[in-house]
Amino acid sequence: MPVIAVENLSKTYWVSERAPGTWGALKSLVHRRHRAVEALGGISFTIQPGELVGYIGPNGAGKSTTVKVLSGILVPSGGAVTVLGRTPWQERAAHVAHIGVVFGQRTQLWWDLPVIESFDLLREIYRVPREDYRKTLDELVETMALSELLDTPVRLLSLGQRMRCDLAAALLHRPELLFLDEPTIGLDAIAKLTVRNLVKRLNRDQGLTVILTTHDMDDIESLCSRVILINRGKILLDGTLERMRQLVTTERRLVIILADESTWIDGVQARVIHRDGARLTLSFDPDQISAAELIGDITSHYPIRDLYVEAAPIEEIVAQIYQDTHT
Amino acid sequence: MRPYLAIVSAGVRVMLQYRAAAAAGFATQLFWGWIRVAIFGAFYASSSATQPMSLEDTISYLWLTQALLLLLPFRLDSDLVAMIRDGTVAYELTRPADLYWYWFSRTLASRTAPMLLRAGPLLLVSGLFFGLAAPDSLSALAAFLVSVGAALLLSSAFTMLMSISLLWTIAGDGISRLISMIAQFLSGSYVPLPLFPQWAQPALALLPFAGLTDTPFRLYLGHLPLSSFPTAIAHQLLWTAVLVLVGRLALARGLRRMVVQGG
Amino acid sequence: MAKLQDTLLLYARYVGVSVRSQMQYRASFVMLTFATMLISGLEFVATWALFDRFGSLAGWTLPEAALLYGLVNMAFALAEGWARGFDEFGQMVKSGGFDRLLLRPRSTALQVAGHHVQLMRIGRLAQGAVVFIWAATRLQVAWSPPRVLLCLLAIAGGAALFSGLMVLQATFAFWSTESLEVFNTVTYGGVETTQYPLTVYRDGFRRFFTYVVPLATVTYYPALAVLGRSDPLGSSLSFQYASPLFGFLFLIVCLRVWNLGVRHYHSTGS
Repeated sequence: MPVIAVENLSKTYWVSERAPGTWGALKSLVHRRHRAVEALGGISFTIQPGELVGYIGPNGAGKSTTVKVLSGILVPSGGAVTVLGRTPWQERAAHVAHIGVVFGQRTQLWWDLPVIESFDLLREIYRVPREDYRKTLDELVETMALSELLDTPVRLLSLGQRMRCDLAAALLHRPELLFLDEPTIGLDAIAKLTVRNLVKRLNRDQGLTVILTTHDMDDIESLCSRVILINRGKILLDGTLERMRQLVTTERRLVIILADESTWIDGVQARVIHRDGARLTLSFDPDQISAAELIGDITSHYPIRDLYVEAAPIEEIVAQIYQDTHT
Repeated sequence: MRPYLAIVSAGVRVMLQYRAAAAAGFATQLFWGWIRVAIFGAFYASSSATQPMSLEDTISYLWLTQALLLLLPFRLDSDLVAMIRDGTVAYELTRPADLYWYWFSRTLASRTAPMLLRAGPLLLVSGLFFGLAAPDSLSALAAFLVSVGAALLLSSAFTMLMSISLLWTIAGDGISRLISMIAQFLSGSYVPLPLFPQWAQPALALLPFAGLTDTPFRLYLGHLPLSSFPTAIAHQLLWTAVLVLVGRLALARGLRRMVVQGG
Repeated sequence: MAKLQDTLLLYARYVGVSVRSQMQYRASFVMLTFATMLISGLEFVATWALFDRFGSLAGWTLPEAALLYGLVNMAFALAEGWARGFDEFGQMVKSGGFDRLLLRPRSTALQVAGHHVQLMRIGRLAQGAVVFIWAATRLQVAWSPPRVLLCLLAIAGGAALFSGLMVLQATFAFWSTESLEVFNTVTYGGVETTQYPLTVYRDGFRRFFTYVVPLATVTYYPALAVLGRSDPLGSSLSFQYASPLFGFLFLIVCLRVWNLGVRHYHSTGS
């Protein structure tokens, strides 16, 4: 049985409108006009246990509306949603007891208190039996290396440390499904890696189903086997990263480092798109020439020190897709 | 004419934006006014002794208190408070202007405009419907206006002192709240000063707080005769000078301390 | 019953957390508590000054009025202490903090209340208690168990009623981003109003504070029964004894309205 089944989900907001100027302000005192804004226009997907899915899209695409519906905060205008066998908005308390949510921008820990006090209070809120809590906490402290942080007041933690604690806080009640909203936002490079590794391990070792919304494409690239791309309330793509690339371009890149900086390459079935000293980036279409052929071709003509094939950076691809759908 | 129209229209729009706040402020003051008028009326009805102020004068005094509430020193400049809290106030020393007067004029400005805005409608409504009497005479009105001006200066000097006290104590919140409450009490905003016990009158007259609201209100009512107008204004201005002096000394001290300690 | 116990237990935990948080800034806390106490003390000095000048108010002596004052202020201090979270609720909705509460398997009202328990209100509570005790010793009242119980009930009912007002005010944050100062007026104005006997006011005021926001039922009427005064407005002794219940009823109604607000939030987001 899928963890999440979404069928034709739609959500329309009513926004009150006001005409500009003094007259408009006066008029709105008496009479407000409302305009329908469609945030979700009938989307469907299912997510199986143990999947780690990236849910991406530009701002205002409908990402957070979807997540709010799935987590039981928002009642949709239409469609059917089943999460862990329940309809989220019909049994809020029962539903949220089985999910975990982490907001990268906001901590759920109590600012002035040592981390452990927040954890203890969360145990009470989620009614976790004491022995289960002990066990889970020990595990989390072990895997996330929290032992030194537990007695520190939250306000004294670094952003990365706080994110680790927040992640642990969301897992204390052993949820089967975890929503991560921009978990690496504002973190330094090392902290980002740490968080990604933790998420990967939770997913792999404990079979935790994870939905990740983010603007950091490195998160997606290093974590998600599957991506759901949404814009203007519609799903543009639901599939692997590979398929997302193909949506924009089949282009591949070959980076070569020449033995001799002054060599000039031409007469191959590829385009030089970037040159930085001895380092060249070539673009080619795998339908016309395979990577192996191209490499053979180049190495037989030019002295090469090193080379590797690269996909177009996911950032560029996503930017391309957003742009296409905006125009 | 066009630019003036634009200014007026912009002003109306801003006011409409704050319409809820302004309307609520008005309603609040009116409501409190009613309650207080009812309570004082009942007190007067309970005693047959002659009082130092008639019920009619007391009612006018109460409405003036409601209308001119913002004369009282209880709104610290939130920018200044924030700068003192995070220590950036030290950078203010680099300004070419005199720090005290710079903040003083800001305080004065931020107090005057809202006070006038709030006072107008309430004076009008309470004057028309709820028993606020007209000023005793035209010259009483003039004396009242001058005295309100002096009260604004006095109140700003008070506010400055309260803000500056934050340089010394992190618990300044409580202290400044306490000071502003004491100021309200001793200026006659809870109970008009003439109704305080007789033995307290000399002290109340000497203290600076009377100058905040009591002096202008009694000039308005003619309860203070015009002959005492010069002394009344002198009292207000003298205390303003004293508070400014203390404020300047305290500010210099506090800043020096802050610079020495490195914030 | 088990559910209520469970809820109270969690609320106690919230109180513990608030205590420990606020003890991180001990000096500030002590100062604020004292300031609160002195500030509300000044209010009473004002009342005293008026009685000193006029002798009595609508037939009530200072100790009698002080009893009323003590009841109202203790009730209000309790409500302000435990329902402070509702006071800050508009901010919480704006910042999206309310979403977090919806993500936890507990009643939202409980979580909002627990979000900020304001301990410095002990200052007002203490001040109210001091005035009440002073009044109690000055009055020729036989402190029988029913009278003591009625006082406790009035304080609890009053606290429930003031909490209800705060809940109601917070509920409007679901619909409007403008803070509704009108509620502050009713709340603080209500404290001021009910410190004095109800007979002081005109009919409209009396009706408002009896039938719309039934503040008089948790202050004036119980106080009449405790003081053994007959009511010029003609209420019966049994009504006076039962009247604190209206405070609880009011809170229940307000919590219903709160739930409507939460439902509205569910369908609109912020």
